[in-house]
Amino acid sequence: MASKLTLSNRTGWTFALPGFALIFTFIVLPFFFAIGLSLTNQRLLSPNPTQFVGLENYRQLLGFAVVTLEPERDEAGEVVRDEAGEIQYPRLRAITRSDDYPQYRGMREWFRWQSGENVMVVIARDVVFMKALVNTFLFVLVVAPVQGGLALMLALLINQKLRGISIFRTIYFMPVVVSIVVVSLLWRFIYDGQNGLLNSILQGLSFGLFQPVDWLGDPSTALPAIMAMSIWQAVGFHMVIWLAGLQTISPTLYEAAAIEGASKWQTFRYVTWPGLRNTAVLVLVVITMQGFALFAQIDVMTNGGPRDSTQTLVFQAVERGYGKQDISGGSTISVILFAIVLAISLIQRWLTRER
Amino acid sequence: MAFDPDNYGLRLFVRYLVLCLIALIFIFPLVFMINSSFKPDNQLLADTSSLRAFLPVGDISLDNYFGAFRRAPVALFVLNSVLVTGATVLLSLLICSLAAFSFAFLRWKGRDVVLSIVIATLIIPFETIAIPLLLLVSKLPWIGLEGLQWGWLNTYRVQIIPWIADGLTIFLFVQYFKGLPGELIEAGRVEGASWWQVYYRIVMPLSGPVLATAAILKFLVMYNQYLWPLIVVQQENYRPIMVGLGYFFQLNVAWGEVMAYLTLITVPVLIFYLFLQRAFIASIASTGVKG
Repeated sequence: MASKLTLSNRTGWTFALPGFALIFTFIVLPFFFAIGLSLTNQRLLSPNPTQFVGLENYRQLLGFAVVTLEPERDEAGEVVRDEAGEIQYPRLRAITRSDDYPQYRGMREWFRWQSGENVMVVIARDVVFMKALVNTFLFVLVVAPVQGGLALMLALLINQKLRGISIFRTIYFMPVVVSIVVVSLLWRFIYDGQNGLLNSILQGLSFGLFQPVDWLGDPSTALPAIMAMSIWQAVGFHMVIWLAGLQTISPTLYEAAAIEGASKWQTFRYVTWPGLRNTAVLVLVVITMQGFALFAQIDVMTNGGPRDSTQTLVFQAVERGYGKQDISGGSTISVILFAIVLAISLIQRWLTRER
Repeated sequence: MAFDPDNYGLRLFVRYLVLCLIALIFIFPLVFMINSSFKPDNQLLADTSSLRAFLPVGDISLDNYFGAFRRAPVALFVLNSVLVTGATVLLSLLICSLAAFSFAFLRWKGRDVVLSIVIATLIIPFETIAIPLLLLVSKLPWIGLEGLQWGWLNTYRVQIIPWIADGLTIFLFVQYFKGLPGELIEAGRVEGASWWQVYYRIVMPLSGPVLATAAILKFLVMYNQYLWPLIVVQQENYRPIMVGLGYFFQLNVAWGEVMAYLTLITVPVLIFYLFLQRAFIASIASTGVKG
């Protein structure tokens, strides 16, 4: 009568139901909700009834085009130049506000580059969103390899047999237990343009040669500064995951390598690294997920500025969905974000599949 | 020669030197925070241009701490966070372990489908559902002491209930339960124990490590909550510590008081971590099993 021991529909459901109901209500349902809302024009408080708008929200966010601006020419067909010899171009408005090009109506300049005499301009329906999209990708593309690599180096360092090594492990891991909000506030002091700690340290090390930088106030350094801080905060987390992976590698493999006379690098390349394959996938997936969720650092440190150089997808989703009460706009960004995360975790799994 | 690669003592010294320099990189912002919390504002800002930033020197006092308590309802924020964190951790341990018990030991119709849905939620980052979840909780009903109410905004429950169950916690419990010897459970059943008795008399007493892991992970998430309470709690009465921080940035910012507040909410966690560091690190490492 083995079935009497194990088959128990009522008890099984009773035990699992509270947990499953909560997950269903607060994770699964909102997830499908997001997809549904992204097809409407729902706002949190709106006098107008909610309407189905199809893919309009996606078109609004993702629409972009490349237009070519040809130099202005005078009657003789000569290129018009100003006093400094710079070629004069028609204004972009001549295209985005013209009735000749209804498809470009309302688009704004995202960025431009010179191509011979002409200028190519990329225009987008929602420039801020495009910047958020690019920044988020940049963040993940930089942070994932750097943080993963540094964490592996720290793990190898901590894996040595030295007296007191666990003290160092404890210290390296410490920022992980500190709230990212607290960390972000502290780093505002480090990055401050006037007498921030980083400027002071760099000036001290260069004997005063270093010119102070307003790290968070300059569009070219703000995002890298946030990347560096984020790497600092969570590198200990991934160090611990690498350590767990390192400890699964059998010591006999290292003994064999030592007997064969393998160098340190060879041992790493042919023993350690192959044994860390699954760990590497996990570390990359986790960093990627954390990277795409970038929000608190932005909210505390820059609010997306300066000049939208630190806008991110989640920051935009919250600013629209909550700040501007534009629930459908925020949901659309969320769905795009989820599609990206899903695609990337599938690609990462495929790239590192068992061969 | 000055550098002899075979000199064991020197090599050891270099290794420790490297380890210590790296340790400085991880520790300096926290040292700065704690020391600054004892300094008046003008000295705090002036000290950042020198090593004095990391030393408790100059005009040292507890004034900032008193100032922080005067400026904001600090005790209330701490109480809110402790209440929300404590309730969520306890409920999560109970509900997730019960569900995992059912997935690991019981056979029932639909079990595998339900378990795959639970596992699938692991790839949904919270940030992608925050906005639709906000709309959902703003319309949910609740039956309380005042009868039927609509909307969960500005309550404790909105900070607790959505965070009780999650795929990772259930998954950790399932993995652990599957490693327990099955004979123990069968023996319990043969002796006539109900499933509930098997759960709390046999399985729970053996689950110390996984309970610690699940509790620590949930604690870190809940104590450090920011985005969710930011959008669902506008009333001061229910604000947790991280959102309460906004209080210090209205009007003129008193950085000394900010540092005192940050120290006040961070140091307890750090002490907690230093005492239980093995369990903390083991809990993070065990999330690595999910790969």
